[in-house]
Amino acid sequence: MTLDPSYLEYPLRRHGMDHDFYPWSNLFERPPIAWPSGAGVAVAVVVSLEWFPILPTDAPFRAPGHMVTPYPDYRHYTAREYGTRVGLYRMLDALDRVGARASFATNAAIADRYPGILADLRAAGHEIVAHATDMNGTIATGLAEADERALIATALDTIARVTGERPTGWMSIARSQSFHTPRLLAEAGLRYMADWVNDELPYGFETGAGPIVSVPVNHELSDRQIITVQQHCADSYAEQMLDAFALLRSEAGRFGGRMLPLHVTPYILGLPYRIGAFERLLGALSEQPDAAFHTLGEIADAR
Amino acid sequence: MREGEPDPGLYDFRPYRAPPTLAWPGGKRVAVWISPNIEFYELDPPANPHRKSWARPHPDVVGYGHRDYGNRVGHWRMAEMMSKHGFPGSVSLSVAMCQHHPEIVADAAARGWEFFSHGIYNTRYSYGMDEAQERAIIEDSIRTVRDATGQTIKGWLAPALTHTPRTLDLIAEYGLSYTCDLYHDDQPGEVHVRQGRLISMPYSLEVNDHYGFFVYNMSPRAYADTLIRQYDRLADEGGTVMCIPLHAYLIGQPHRMGAFEAVLRHIVADGRAWITRSGDIADHYRAQVPA
Repeated sequence: MTLDPSYLEYPLRRHGMDHDFYPWSNLFERPPIAWPSGAGVAVAVVVSLEWFPILPTDAPFRAPGHMVTPYPDYRHYTAREYGTRVGLYRMLDALDRVGARASFATNAAIADRYPGILADLRAAGHEIVAHATDMNGTIATGLAEADERALIATALDTIARVTGERPTGWMSIARSQSFHTPRLLAEAGLRYMADWVNDELPYGFETGAGPIVSVPVNHELSDRQIITVQQHCADSYAEQMLDAFALLRSEAGRFGGRMLPLHVTPYILGLPYRIGAFERLLGALSEQPDAAFHTLGEIADAR
Repeated sequence: MREGEPDPGLYDFRPYRAPPTLAWPGGKRVAVWISPNIEFYELDPPANPHRKSWARPHPDVVGYGHRDYGNRVGHWRMAEMMSKHGFPGSVSLSVAMCQHHPEIVADAAARGWEFFSHGIYNTRYSYGMDEAQERAIIEDSIRTVRDATGQTIKGWLAPALTHTPRTLDLIAEYGLSYTCDLYHDDQPGEVHVRQGRLISMPYSLEVNDHYGFFVYNMSPRAYADTLIRQYDRLADEGGTVMCIPLHAYLIGQPHRMGAFEAVLRHIVADGRAWITRSGDIADHYRAQVPA
């Protein structure tokens, strides 16, 4: 099949990006950023707290970690619940031991079903980041704009109702957005979103309804990518995070604050045979003189 | 190539029993070149009926963001590390980078890097192009790189490795001297083309960071070990070429730079490498080996 002549036309071949969401920028030429702690490297622990209905809807797509077998998929339904019942508490203890406050990307369904968890998170000073409704609440082009707006409102309203506080940050399932998402998030009053992985520091993002801060949470450094997708062991994961820290710390002295996102999942790293590696990683990071734990909200505000 | 035939007739079979003895400058055993793929992926590219651009509906936020990370973050980290250890780059360039991010092209040029074409965008594929369309992207590539850097491209790596049966004939006709699209040898060799002379330049999929991290799922340290083993073996055998094809969005990640630096240190300390650029290897080969 021959290509249409328009395939060789490039209307957006111009200086900078091929869209208007943000200008291009070189990380190494920006004014140095300073974290509230004064540390060179902000370690941001981001925990996904997710509830998977045993009936996946696949609209617009099936979330990573969702049901796999024909109905009823007890195997995945319960293994995900294990993370919420057990793994989460191991992680909370590990965070508590090093005095780290973390950001919990939380499905509204978790707040609805398990309000005690939200109370525990708030009592420990952790941040609640809105993270869709439940794991059927995926966003991508194909989802009607009104449905997407309603999904975002439900996620925010539910957490606000349960905790008395409206989240200021958003993370989409699988970081997946439609072309409308940034605008709908800004219209919903959110201050930052954590979906775009094109940078290592927070930056300004134009939505068409005012600015929002984009806080990159590197998917390549997530336990899902390294342990579940690439199938490395937990010790290798921890070693990779410490290697990343060493590199970022070496840059912080020359270029200003750097950020190390640790995006972790209770049903992945919270297992008995893996949690030790996570505890040792947090311990090692907490002993670094140039590291401090910061929430995504603190990082967004430091911009 | 011989279109439609079972053997495309790209080159003569040349068993490794009696390979040409290639003498690299300074008596070096292996010519080592690093090929950063400096690419632009479009957020919302037009559809090619033969290949999908993105795995997900546009915008593929993670896919696009990951590539953009290479230009905002990874390139600068990777380039500084290469310069620190004395490695030039031979850039597989989406030539629209000359418009989108001339800052990166200028940085690479200032470091003494060579540019060859990797198409206009890495989201525009050659599949389905007629001859006029394919000539247009070759001419665009030559003109765009010349305007931006003063360099005349000598090589070609098809955009996203998408070819047509006439690609190799056409680039030879336009005077390019090497292709990076053939993976049949650890030494350069002649490619059969309609007119002119074209050689194949050993590039690599196997030790490409994309394969290392996304096909073989290696840890950063395992990938570094792979590169070191590849290097040691090719240096032992001699007269060989080793390419390290990289993507700044992969190798430029913070957990990978330390392991990558260990590879560069190993090659420099070993002393048997001619650390060079693909065009210099091509020139040397073509001067040394008659067509």
